[in-house]
Formats: sequence, C-alpha cells, structure tokens
Amino acid sequence: MAPSTEPTRAAAPRGSEGMGQAALEVDGLIRRYGEREALSDVSLSLAAGHTLVVFGPNGAGKTTLLRVLATLLRPHAGSVRVLGSDLIHDAWQVRGRVGLLGHEPLLYRELTAHENLRFHARLHGVDEQRVVELLDAVSMSTRAAEPLRTLSRGMVQRVAVARAVLHDPPLLLLDEPYANLDPAAVELVAPLIGAAGDRDGADGLRTRVICSHDPSRGLTEADVVLGLRGGRPVLLRAASEVDASDIAELYR
Amino acid sequence: MTSVQNMAPQDVPPQDLQEPAQGAQPLRALRQTGFASTVAALLRKELLLELRTLESVPGMSLFAVSTFVVFHFALNRNSVEGDLAAGILWVTLLFAAMLGVNRLFVADADQGGFDAFLLAPVDRSAMFVAKTLALLAYLVVLELVAVAAFALLLLGSPLGPALPGLAVTLALGDVGVAVIGTLVAALAVRTRARDLLGPLLALPLFVPIVIGGARATSPLLVASHPAWPALRWLLTLGLYDLVFGLIAFALFDFLLED
Repeated sequence: MAPSTEPTRAAAPRGSEGMGQAALEVDGLIRRYGEREALSDVSLSLAAGHTLVVFGPNGAGKTTLLRVLATLLRPHAGSVRVLGSDLIHDAWQVRGRVGLLGHEPLLYRELTAHENLRFHARLHGVDEQRVVELLDAVSMSTRAAEPLRTLSRGMVQRVAVARAVLHDPPLLLLDEPYANLDPAAVELVAPLIGAAGDRDGADGLRTRVICSHDPSRGLTEADVVLGLRGGRPVLLRAASEVDASDIAELYR
Repeated sequence: MTSVQNMAPQDVPPQDLQEPAQGAQPLRALRQTGFASTVAALLRKELLLELRTLESVPGMSLFAVSTFVVFHFALNRNSVEGDLAAGILWVTLLFAAMLGVNRLFVADADQGGFDAFLLAPVDRSAMFVAKTLALLAYLVVLELVAVAAFALLLLGSPLGPALPGLAVTLALGDVGVAVIGTLVAALAVRTRARDLLGPLLALPLFVPIVIGGARATSPLLVASHPAWPALRWLLTLGLYDLVFGLIAFALFDFLLED
C-alpha cells in the first residue's frame, strides 16, 4: 500500500478523544539549512500522553524535527506549540520539561557517568538520590566512577538514557533510543523511556516522539505514525491504521 | 534589552512557571536552579575537565616559557628592563592566553555540552560567567609559571619589589582577557574556521589591554628605581574590563541562539 500523502495534519489518534489539550501542535513547519529545506510544511497534533513514532529514510528530517521540538533549532516558518508554549516566543518555558535522547549522548567523555549525571542534575535542580537511583536502574552503578571514554557505546547509551529522564520530563524526544543496546540493555532502559515514566506515583503519562527504523517495535509503541521523506510528511495516521508495508514503502 | 525568548525562568514571576499548559502536566514539579548554583556547577565541570585532560593550562604555560627562552637567545642580552621587558611579558602572555581561549568551548561544541545546557531551565548568562571564571583561573596559573620564568630568563633585577604592582596590573588585564576571550570563543567555536577566527577577532580587541598593561608594567620593571604603575593606565584597564564585561554579558545569550 502506498503511503498516504493526503492529510498532513493528524487528528488526535483514535481512542484519544477527550484526553485533553494537545501536547504538540505543529502547523506548516518549515526549517532550512542554508537553501535546503530539511522540513517542509509539516503539520500535526499529538494529544498529551500519546506517542508519535516518526519513520523515514536517512536525511528525511527526523532528527531536525526532534531538535525543533526540543527548542534547539528555530522554526523558519509555521507555528509550533510544545506543552502549550509557542516555540517562537516562549521557548524558555519548554526548557527543562523536555528530555532529549539523540544520536549524541550529550555527555562529557572525560567525566565519569556519575559526574556527568550529577552535573545535569544540578542544572535541572534534581537531587543526588535520583542520580544514584538511575545509575542503578541502567545497571551502571559498578562502572559509575569510570570516565565515559573507557566505556562501550552501549554503556554510554544507557547513561544517556538516564540523563534524558533525569528530571522526569513530561515530553520525551527519542532518536533511535535502542541504538547500540544489546537485548538485556533494551529491557533495562525500556521502562525508563516508556509512556508511564519510571517513578512510582507519577500522576501523568508521558508524551513521546520517537524516531525509529524498526517497524515492529515502532508500531507497537505508536499512537500516531508520521512518515517523512525528503523533509515532507507523506504519512500521518493513527497507528491502528498503519501496517508494516506502509512503513516499508517509505524506504523504497 | 533582553528579548522574550531569551528570558530565563528566574526572570518571570514564579507563579507563571507553576501553571503548565493544560494537558501537559509535568510528571515532576518544575524546579529552578539559582544563578549562583548554575555557575558553580558549570565552573566545577570546567575545572574537572581541565584537570582530567590538561589540555589548556600546561600548553599555555609551556608556550610562555618557550617564548621567553627564544627571546633570551634572540635578543642576545643578559637582561631586559622597562618598556622592552613589559612588552615582551604582555605579548607573550596574550599569545599564551589565546591557546586557552581557543580551547574554551571545544568540549561543549564537540560533545554536546551546548545542547545539554540549552535544554536546562537555567539562565544562559551563567555559562558566560562560569567560562570567564575558568579562563581567569587558567590565566592565574599561567602567570604563576610565566612570571617566574620571565624573571629567571630575562629580567636582570629582582622581581620582589615589583610584585604587588605587577599583581594588580596583571589582575586587571586578566579580567579583560577572560571576558573578551570568552565572548570571542563562544562566537568562533560554532564556525568551521574556529582556530583561525578566534585569534583574528580577539587580538585586535586585546590591543588596548596590551597597551594599558605594558605601560602600567614598564615602570615596575626598571632595574634602578622601580615605581608604582601610573593610575591612569590602571583606570584604563579597569574601564575596559567594565565596558567589555557589560557588552559580553548582554551579548552572550544571543551567541547561543540557533
């Protein structure tokens, strides 16, 4: 089945009616690098507590979309509201409420896992106990005192996951979160970046945007699926209306 | 004037932050980190990284000592004093400082430190203050080594009587170098030609510091009767520090913007 190029604005996914205001509202988003448009006329909305999974070949604009939503890149046209705040004028209101796990771990190689997390904890006003808990949760307590440059990529990715969720953000932006992880490590980190959050008594579900190349896992996690090709949205539907062949079509 | 998008959370009434958008309830109540606490965290990280890598201070110190050795042989004189001594000291210190300036933001740019910092709900000026303090610390260590080497290799007279005046002059010069160096390094680090752009931008801005520093230091390094630096040169250095400190503080937020 060919990917739908019809609507570029997603209705709230099925079953989400009445769940409250959208956590993400993107309308006509354009982002350029020089003359090249990395994102062209992207529009979507996502209800709070839902998961948007973004598929697309390399260079499709997935990472750029995440960086715009994280306030690290400015939109060049269109409007973007994240957690109720307009990114053009009120980006500062979003900072601290977003957790970003990108291709780069955003950690200093010469510092230990513990030093890195403690540094981020101080920037986010998070207490030391949370650092200890997360190091334990990603099974890095015994290697926490070693510089990151001496750790494997999978171990660094586990620490990066801990960094991304350190401040319990209501919005998680995940760029291929399971890259470099072995199956056991995937089992470790999956609850941390899951929709429910990792803390007992959390009073709300997380909204998540996940970039993925894995249709089976991606479709399992998704409420809404966005397919990008050349920066343009070519597929935007509720996950229940998408199957693996639609995703495969994106990569042809 | 601070634009709306550059406002830090502490610039707005706290109640605004306690009202998250409907449907976007944070899992954890948003907490704020104070300016001083943010600066302390950033400064601690800077010094820890330097202690681990030893990328800046040893290189700066070695450069200064090597330059004095070269001057020692190139000038073919047993000792220097006055204007010549002051000029050699200040020019060498500034070139050595440039090595530290060029390295100041490299770890942040290459390892994602900028992005991580920009994602945190903190005042961006805290990074400017922390980086300036870190560079200031590097300069102090550099000068402890360099001034001792300078006295040993080039200065004919004992340095003891000149030390208090020299310390004041160097301190005033260091503040200017650290402020301008941090501003220029932040500007250059995101460009492809950062190693070239840093010195090209910084050296012209350092010229008034060289002039003021060397003129203030010159009477201190006269062998026969060292005198306290002229007040006007100390005031010139102080005023330059103040003006560029304010400019850099106001501009720094915009340098971090996309």
